[in-house]
Amino acid sequence: MAKKKSVDTNNVKINVHHVTRVEGHGNIVVDVTDGTLQKCELEIVEAPRFFEAMLRGRPYSQASHITSRICGICACGHATASLRATERALKVTPSEQTQLIRKLVFHGEILDSHILHAYMLIAPDFLGVGSVIPLASSHPEVVMRALRMKKFSGDLCAAFAGRHTHPIAMTVGGFTHYPTLEEVEALRARAETLVADVDATVELFGTLPWPAFERETEFIALVHPDEYGFIDGKIGSSDGFELDLDEYRSVTNERLSPHSTAKHAAFNRDSYMVGALARYNLKHEHLHPRAKAAAEHLGLSAPCFRPYLNSAAQVVEIVHCVDDTIMLLDQLLERGIEWEDPAPVTLSPGARGVGAADVPRGILFHEYQIGEEGFIEEANCIIPTAQNLGNIDLDLRALVPTLLSEPADQITHKLEMLVRAYDPCISCSTHFLNVEFVGK
Amino acid sequence: MPAKPKIAFFDFSSCEGCQLTVIDALQTHLGLLDQVEIVQFREAMTEKQDTYQIAFVEGSCTREADEDRLRAIRKQAAVVVALGACAHLGGVNSMKNRWAIGNVQTYVYGEKNKETYPSYPARPISAVINVDAAIPGCPIDRFEFLHIVQMMLQGRVPKLPDYPLCVECKLSENACLNTLGKPCLGPITRAGCNAICTTYGDGCEGCRGFAPEPNFEYMREILRGHGLSETEIDARFTMFNHYQLQQMGEDAPLSPEGLQSLNGELPTSTFAAPKEAEGHG
Repeated sequence: MAKKKSVDTNNVKINVHHVTRVEGHGNIVVDVTDGTLQKCELEIVEAPRFFEAMLRGRPYSQASHITSRICGICACGHATASLRATERALKVTPSEQTQLIRKLVFHGEILDSHILHAYMLIAPDFLGVGSVIPLASSHPEVVMRALRMKKFSGDLCAAFAGRHTHPIAMTVGGFTHYPTLEEVEALRARAETLVADVDATVELFGTLPWPAFERETEFIALVHPDEYGFIDGKIGSSDGFELDLDEYRSVTNERLSPHSTAKHAAFNRDSYMVGALARYNLKHEHLHPRAKAAAEHLGLSAPCFRPYLNSAAQVVEIVHCVDDTIMLLDQLLERGIEWEDPAPVTLSPGARGVGAADVPRGILFHEYQIGEEGFIEEANCIIPTAQNLGNIDLDLRALVPTLLSEPADQITHKLEMLVRAYDPCISCSTHFLNVEFVGK
Repeated sequence: MPAKPKIAFFDFSSCEGCQLTVIDALQTHLGLLDQVEIVQFREAMTEKQDTYQIAFVEGSCTREADEDRLRAIRKQAAVVVALGACAHLGGVNSMKNRWAIGNVQTYVYGEKNKETYPSYPARPISAVINVDAAIPGCPIDRFEFLHIVQMMLQGRVPKLPDYPLCVECKLSENACLNTLGKPCLGPITRAGCNAICTTYGDGCEGCRGFAPEPNFEYMREILRGHGLSETEIDARFTMFNHYQLQQMGEDAPLSPEGLQSLNGELPTSTFAAPKEAEGHG
């Protein structure tokens, strides 16, 4: 973009075609005419994929393998939410061992996704480069550390599920494969060596100048009485509400306005935020001690209303998940791994179930209705980014007026950074109607 | 030394998991970056150049706008590689082709908004442009990706295995899942993934496409032997290969409900669609 000497702050037009370093395709459009903000939105231009419609008529056993294909990054998260929806519909109670191993797979995915996002998509903004590739020569130790940590995360998923994208051994009622205890011991030893990398990560991100922008909003995450959990639980809100999973539709509340323009996901306010910062705000007291210390080092304290700090909350979760992984691997080694056949299902007409998982980008819901022959009759998936879009738009609208005195390329960069902080996963386009932002 | 070949990555309708697998491949083979120059990789980088020799394309063609983009890529690139099942076969996206497009759109977006996002039946990119090579799989296998890239850098034409998965499964010393009563499409599926799914206890789902001369009838017979209904067998055949089956003139029938809705007899549910607003702003 050409630099202007004098900036006309009354007329600013920004059109970022295909925001980079996010999953999927989105455009940022800003239109300030005669000093008035006419338009400011994140447009989703990804091709829709219609997963819910495709699930109809398919055997329930295929659902988790099909829906993991919604997202290459959150593949295990989609599989988990899908399995929980099916299991709750078909009255299956997973064993303690299954629940423990699912947590480990989930941690692998949270780590993989957060490391990818923090190091490869966020860090380049602060280190003044366009991508992780020039970093390989300018900051090789940073890149090698990121790759080392990422490899561990992928290997953690792979040890139990076969691979991270897309998990193989996760099935309704349990697993189709188990690692040997020697393999688990080897993972445990590697996890221990990761601690130094985790500390260095906190150090690095502690040096980054996070933009000060803040806007009060509502945060939604899965909550559990005694842990920083990611699977099942209840739907918690920072505005003091707690709901059963079956009531998810009253939270996500996807609505369209009569003129086909958008109504965003909204619960108690005009929008809400999900993801690492929401989880941190709602359940920071359950973090492992080192993760709490990391939060302090990174300048986080609940409630935190600074969306850019979602990336810092991801770093805190990296610390937490490594420590929790070590703890869970110890538990598994102590109890040993028993071969368990998947728990049996009970089929009945029109059985419905809701599954929820707090995947890297926030709370994810799957709901299925399964007929007595075991075929899916109805399906609904609500992904985190769809829930965050409304909040992103409102942030953009609050942020743009504060930036108008800056050159257009600076404004663009800061808006892109804001969108990226949410770690949007636009390729998961199951539903995206909440995108136009017209004439509010 | 000749200039490094410039390579670019593009994505269409997909989960972008194959590009992530490329990033994962770099974890252990960072040296690849010394041999090529990546000039476009929107998922991972902001810098971009519009001149490139090799284009890796992930995802299916699912709307008219995709066709123009594909043709532009074809015009620029000397070599176009289909990256993964969506680009190679149509993949999971083609499951929606079993339904009328209007039905699918209404289900997800509601009657009023069904046309907000244009879409048509999913196709592999080879239905629109000439493709020089394919890296199969959902997702791609990172070692096969590295192998094929190395072959191309040496100016050789990569060749895919022309035998069924069962060969690799035997070499992996797995017990045959079909003999253990677990449905597996290994006998009709192209090898090359090192039988990863069967090694992890799950039957092959056919993500690499069919091996040459697949014996569909005998495969159906095996699956019937597991007690699977025809509807369930169809569901397994069509998870990745609906487009292929249609092209081959094989039956890939719709579920009864699908047929009904195609014929307009079944009222369309909007289970997954957002609610219409009721005055509340």
